[in-house]
Amino acid sequence: MDPTITIVVQGIAFFAVAWMVMKFGWPHIIAAIEDRQKKIAEGLAAAEKGEKSLAEAKNSANDIIKEAHARAAKIVEQANRRSVEMAEEARGVASAEAERLIAGARQEAALESTRAREELRRDAANLAVFGASKLLGREIDAKAHADLLDKLALEIERG
Amino acid sequence: MAEHGGPATMTDYIKHHLHFLEKPVGEGSFWVLHLDSIFFKLLCAAVFLFLFLRVARRATTGVPGKFQCFIEMIVEFVDTSVKETFHGKSKLIAPLALTIFCLTFLMNFLDMIPVDWVPTAAAAAGVPYLRIVPTADLNTTLAMSLTVFLLIQVFGIKHKGIGTFVGEMFTAPFHAPNLIGKILLAPANLLLRLIEEAVRPVSLALRLFGNMYAGELIFILIACMTLGASLSSGLTYVMAPLQFVAGFVWTAFHILIITLQAFIFMMLTIVYLSMAAEHH
Repeated sequence: MDPTITIVVQGIAFFAVAWMVMKFGWPHIIAAIEDRQKKIAEGLAAAEKGEKSLAEAKNSANDIIKEAHARAAKIVEQANRRSVEMAEEARGVASAEAERLIAGARQEAALESTRAREELRRDAANLAVFGASKLLGREIDAKAHADLLDKLALEIERG
Repeated sequence: MAEHGGPATMTDYIKHHLHFLEKPVGEGSFWVLHLDSIFFKLLCAAVFLFLFLRVARRATTGVPGKFQCFIEMIVEFVDTSVKETFHGKSKLIAPLALTIFCLTFLMNFLDMIPVDWVPTAAAAAGVPYLRIVPTADLNTTLAMSLTVFLLIQVFGIKHKGIGTFVGEMFTAPFHAPNLIGKILLAPANLLLRLIEEAVRPVSLALRLFGNMYAGELIFILIACMTLGASLSSGLTYVMAPLQFVAGFVWTAFHILIITLQAFIFMMLTIVYLSMAAEHH
């Protein structure tokens, strides 16, 4: 077979079709492929971004937890200190109260004993006056013998 | 056309184009190898395997390259077709369908190459005859359809078990309520089944072969328009543009045919295989 004009025309027709395909068919296929690549790239980027933000969220959650722990520890410590303080304060108040009560009681007891002594002295004086009047057979003027009576009372008191 | 080269030349031209590169390997007309069909089929298979395996090896889960994207689109397309038709589980069907589609398409695509180019180059290299489209050779398409036929049988036995497979030969598609009816209907069922099974590979092979052979023949006839043309003849200046227009139109139209035929072969294979797997 010798080459003829047929081959040339066939070639032209073939390349005309190839050109048509390149011009009108190829761009669509390439566009679809590029679109697909873009979508895959976007999807992968989104996934990576999601992972990153997840890690970030984990980190910040850890930070928050740590901070919360620290704050809780601080609060507990404060509470402990406060309770010690309160106990101390209460103890102080209580002891002061007790001292006050004791002092009051002592004072009252002293007062009471003074009063009892006074009463006793008066009774003793009265008794002495009564005894003396009985002895003398007459009324003794208490005012007139106050000095004497007082002296007597003192002696009784001492005695 | 006849005025250009005369009937004898045109007939010779067509005959020459439809002549395989034959190599007898034994006695009789059966023992003849079509070296050109074998060579170009193997070439297509090699190209397909090389491109596909290269992409498969380098496949990335990250952003794919343009060629990987292209292959992925084909794979996805085939996989969708398989999933829509075949509802069972099979590791075989999808890869088989992909291979059939791609290989048939590549072989069909050789029809697009200007019909005189390769044979002329081969003639210059000392090869007397050459037909480059393997699917325009009935041997190639019949071999493919017979392979599919065997797979259908294996698939049917594997999915249903040999008992059901053989049983269905006698009990489907005509069902009988009792034993006597079943026995009476068994010959009809078997006959129908045998015809059904025989028709499938034949129709598969003939459909592809017929389309590709007709396409090739029309390319040859278009080429005949300027057969034996000379610069001195006025008709040459009319026929050459006509040949261009006809060649252009037919080549463009042929893009559809070669894709469609590859798709039909793949789709029918899937359908037959899924039918073989289903119970009647």
